Amino acid sequence: MMDYVWLIPLFPFLGFLINGLVGKSLPKRTVGIIGSAAVGLSFLVTVAIFLELLKLPADARSVQKVVYTWIASGPFQVSVAYLIDPLSIIMLLVVSGVSTLIHIYSIGYMYDDEGFYRYFAYLNLFVFAMLTLVSANNFLLMFVGWEGVGLCSYLLIGFWYEKKSASDAGKKAFVVNRIGDFGFLLGMFLIFWTFGSLDFKTVFAAAAKYPVGSGIITAMTLCLFLGATGKSAQIPLYTWLPDAMEGPTPVSALIHAATMVTAGVFMVARCSTLFVLAPISLTVVAAVGALTAIYAATIGMAQFDIKRVLAYSTVSQLGYMFLACGVGAFTSGIFHLMTHAFFKALLFLGSGSVIHGMHGEQDMRNMGGLKKYMPITYWTFIVATLAISGIFPFAGFFSKDEILFHSFAGGHYVFWGIATVAAFITAFYMFRAVFMTFHGEEKFDHHQVHPHESPPSMAIPLMVLGALSLVGGLVGFPIIEGLNKFRDFLAPAITPMVHEVHAPAWFEVTMMVFSMAVAVAGIYVAYKMYMKRPELPEKVTAKIPVVYDLVYHKYYVDEIYDAAVVEPLKNGSEFLWHGVDEKVVDGAVNGSATTVGWLSSHLRKLETGFVQNYALAILIGVVLITGYLIGR
Amino acid sequence: MVVPVSYFLALSVALFVLGVIGVLIRRNALVIFMSIEMMLNSVNLAFIGFADYFKAVDGQMFVFFVLTVAAAEVAVGLALIVAIFRNRGTVYVDNLNILKW
Repeated sequence: MMDYVWLIPLFPFLGFLINGLVGKSLPKRTVGIIGSAAVGLSFLVTVAIFLELLKLPADARSVQKVVYTWIASGPFQVSVAYLIDPLSIIMLLVVSGVSTLIHIYSIGYMYDDEGFYRYFAYLNLFVFAMLTLVSANNFLLMFVGWEGVGLCSYLLIGFWYEKKSASDAGKKAFVVNRIGDFGFLLGMFLIFWTFGSLDFKTVFAAAAKYPVGSGIITAMTLCLFLGATGKSAQIPLYTWLPDAMEGPTPVSALIHAATMVTAGVFMVARCSTLFVLAPISLTVVAAVGALTAIYAATIGMAQFDIKRVLAYSTVSQLGYMFLACGVGAFTSGIFHLMTHAFFKALLFLGSGSVIHGMHGEQDMRNMGGLKKYMPITYWTFIVATLAISGIFPFAGFFSKDEILFHSFAGGHYVFWGIATVAAFITAFYMFRAVFMTFHGEEKFDHHQVHPHESPPSMAIPLMVLGALSLVGGLVGFPIIEGLNKFRDFLAPAITPMVHEVHAPAWFEVTMMVFSMAVAVAGIYVAYKMYMKRPELPEKVTAKIPVVYDLVYHKYYVDEIYDAAVVEPLKNGSEFLWHGVDEKVVDGAVNGSATTVGWLSSHLRKLETGFVQNYALAILIGVVLITGYLIGR
Repeated sequence: MVVPVSYFLALSVALFVLGVIGVLIRRNALVIFMSIEMMLNSVNLAFIGFADYFKAVDGQMFVFFVLTVAAAEVAVGLALIVAIFRNRGTVYVDNLNILKW
């Protein structure tokens, strides 16, 4: 089966071709089925390969399949080749699995949309690019997928391009991502320059000979990490992700929560060999991750748009994953990536279900009391919220706790402290969202809005993801040796830190109880503020107007970027346009034409039109020339 | 009796200058045309004078070429003048100044 690994990206690509070329003339039902089936088939192939991989002994679980040589130019050799190892197979499973569910969900969610076929074509193209990204065996093919998902992200954010805010958001995402891609490219150049290859295996084997802390490896990992901050929305390049919520909600679930934005984490984990050789880069990764985690979480507290709350929550959770990678716990990062894919996709789909039921309303201030109208959405949403808050035994508990544990046990107490506070805030704002949306008084207009439960095509994916959010964390059960199947499976694909952390069981249990207590405290505060005494939030915000204003306006970062980067760039371009291009370049061209014209206007007076004048001129010329020839 | 070559040349130059003056100052295209013919023939005269002086037939050969070309030129030139007259009703070159832009 492994020889057929190329089928995995092929199916979505075929789906893209069919839906993109002839989808317009197909009935909507067929378009939806083709789109979902293409991804579903990929998922089945992935499962078959996964089972086959499981049969191999642990140290043989790394298979490369070369499809064909793509570029062969002297020492520069790149193949279209796939690397099947525990890391890529986990990513393939998560991507194709979650994608399938979201495709099915989209059939219901997007049914009334004009661009139904266009939507499915883009979505399939996205899955194709994402599967290429995670299964590539070299940096360049990975970069192809990397750019492909960026393109699809742009297309899907701006899906409703008639809306100015949507097309602006698409542009913003694309431009901000280009900054990151620039870093990725520089990293790739450095890697090729240093190792003479872009192949993962060759590069990592060659890198092992370098000493820890080597300057060139630090440089390339920092460049790669810049790429990761762009794609995975970390400080300083996170600003595009909240705006990306202009896209359809299933897109937010698939691209901007579950899969694409985790590409940066995946890339860092893939390059773990390089990163463990660069302690400075690791510290940067951990610091950026921890800062982003708490920073985005605080913004999430003050948002009223349900999707924006989730967007900032995604940024924050991605920060956790980077924190895990930064403290050397790459497996924990990938574990959190997986559980996050489940519960965050579920949260987004749940919010989509709410928006669908509320006829497009996204402001939580106009919701409330939806619990009794949409029970399935409510209960699955609750499961996901508990998972993200880190309540035992939901999926997020295991992964988040592992990250906190590794930060603490690795001696990174500051990062641990930040992450713990962020966990408290996470629990708070997530339950704030739940209480504002599903509980309390009904604040919508009953004559205008009739909330209703979503159709089965939307409800079933919710329930499947709910089940995964409930039990998905159990594959990484901690403490008891041998039960953390996830870590044991993934370990061969990751280069571990030199000093592995071993802590006694009681210590681990204490940590767990503590982090859960933090989460419960967050939930309790949210309950107090938004259920018991709904007047409390206003009182609190009134007491700290400056802080609240700062957080509500997202620390004015968009405005700062506008003033510091966008405006100077615009003004510089204006100057180059009006000043240099129009005055200097055009001036030189037009000026030479004007000069010639001015000269001609005088010279033309010589042209009388009388043949005899010309004849006289010829005669004078002849006399002069002859006179010269004779007289010299 | 032998006519010295300077006589030939003097007559030739006189004819040529008359032709040039005719071309430059006369208004009627036909007269200008005749002046050009006169210039051509003055050149022919110079050719023959030199042929006699150098005792070579090359000059006489050239005269035949010039005569042939002049005949062809007259045919074309007169046809042009007729065409101009038909078109504009005049052959005075003062009125033919559309060569300028």
